[in-house]
Amino acid sequence: MNFPDNLRYTKDHEWIKLDGNVATIGITDFAQRELGDIVYVEIETVGKALSAESVFGTVEAVKTVSDLFLPISGTITEVNPALNSAPELVNNDPYGEGWMAKMTVDNVADVEALMTAEAYSAMVS
Amino acid sequence: MKNTPFTHKHIALGAKMAEFAGYNMPISYSGINDEHAAVRNNAGVFDVSHMGEFILKGPDALDLIQRVTSNDAAKLSNGKAQYSCLPNKEGGIVDDLLVYCIEENKVYMLVVNASNIEKDWNWISSFNNKNVEMHNISDKTCLLAIQGPNATKILQPLTDMDILNLKYYTFAKGKFAGVDNVLVSATGYTGSGGVEIYFEDKADNANKIWDAIFEAGKAQGIKPIGLGARDTLRLEKAFCLYGNDIDDTTSPLEAGLGWVTKFTKDFTAKEIIAKQKQDGVERKLVGFEMVEKGIPRHGYTIKDYSGAEIGVVTSGTQSPTLQKAIGLGYVRTVFSAEGSKIYISVRDKLLEAKVVKVPFA
Repeated sequence: MNFPDNLRYTKDHEWIKLDGNVATIGITDFAQRELGDIVYVEIETVGKALSAESVFGTVEAVKTVSDLFLPISGTITEVNPALNSAPELVNNDPYGEGWMAKMTVDNVADVEALMTAEAYSAMVS
Repeated sequence: MKNTPFTHKHIALGAKMAEFAGYNMPISYSGINDEHAAVRNNAGVFDVSHMGEFILKGPDALDLIQRVTSNDAAKLSNGKAQYSCLPNKEGGIVDDLLVYCIEENKVYMLVVNASNIEKDWNWISSFNNKNVEMHNISDKTCLLAIQGPNATKILQPLTDMDILNLKYYTFAKGKFAGVDNVLVSATGYTGSGGVEIYFEDKADNANKIWDAIFEAGKAQGIKPIGLGARDTLRLEKAFCLYGNDIDDTTSPLEAGLGWVTKFTKDFTAKEIIAKQKQDGVERKLVGFEMVEKGIPRHGYTIKDYSGAEIGVVTSGTQSPTLQKAIGLGYVRTVFSAEGSKIYISVRDKLLEAKVVKVPFA
């Protein structure tokens, strides 16, 4: 499985990539494999200030449904519009075209406290 | 957790494994959508060896089967099978099953759900007051389902039995891939045609047959299929899954299984079920599709426009064939007509759905 070094990871199987005070978030390769074929990503929390680990959306796979947990405190600013018509992007390219949302982060230092690729990889192996 | 004779094959093929009914079973290999399409358009192989098989023997075997099942097993002649139910004393369902007539009036095989093997065995035994010889052969029986429009064509070269022309719900017994006493049955729970094959787990039978099937289907692209796609395939055809759509509290008539409930003979709870038929049932299992975006899941509440509870979802998924969210659920009978507007309670929202004709696809 693939866990890029330039991302940080959570125990809830989300990844986050920081660019200034804006972050892109999604679910990990491990998570998409566990869920199987993804059919619907629902994120209706754009504009809401949320704290770390709060539910910001849900992801529906053929077989199951799972909540999405915000990696760190902040506000969702954008949802990946491509997922509306092509939710399978999350399976095919979880760190690239299958990204889920962008957010402004309250405290950039929070990202540093999350797991590195190495730590996350050890957790799921 | 028990293994089937094929568990090592699934693991070697990289399947996602999980526990189901006490067995270590493959949930998916290449992905549910891909496996689903393989069965609808070509051919796929399911290991369903976890299912239970009982042999009932003797002059009173048919009498016992008639008393415990809802369908009319007296209609079966050698080489025929039927779908049936085991009603309980309250008119609920102990299990759904297949009844195979191996030798008319003498030898029958019952095929039951894995999760109900012990319950069914005890239930049927409790009615066995005429010393019918009963054998639980579940642990030593392999069962593979080879399903899809190209399944029989792929398998035909492996046997002298005429598999290509085997009629739906009939079976033959003979040599298959060099193994003796293989029962090949034109049945399955996918609605895409094909067969199910039963054989004894002894010597190297399991490996021999599995390998022969995949070798024979190689050019055609036969695929192994997990329980995930088994569920989406049966759901598109609105076939009931025990524990989801039917259970000890649902009657065969509520579940739309009146066609396997024959009042021309005596069976458990016949009077209760006959009265339901006469008076009408208060709730019915219906198929519905989502109008608003969302996926129905087992246990979600069904409501009317005012938010009043009218039923419960028993199965739901995104249909790989239709690319629509579909489900089965019990609703109050007044909401069961095709086109009825119902609402599914998905997390904190009420999403519109409509009752549709089944099968869905």
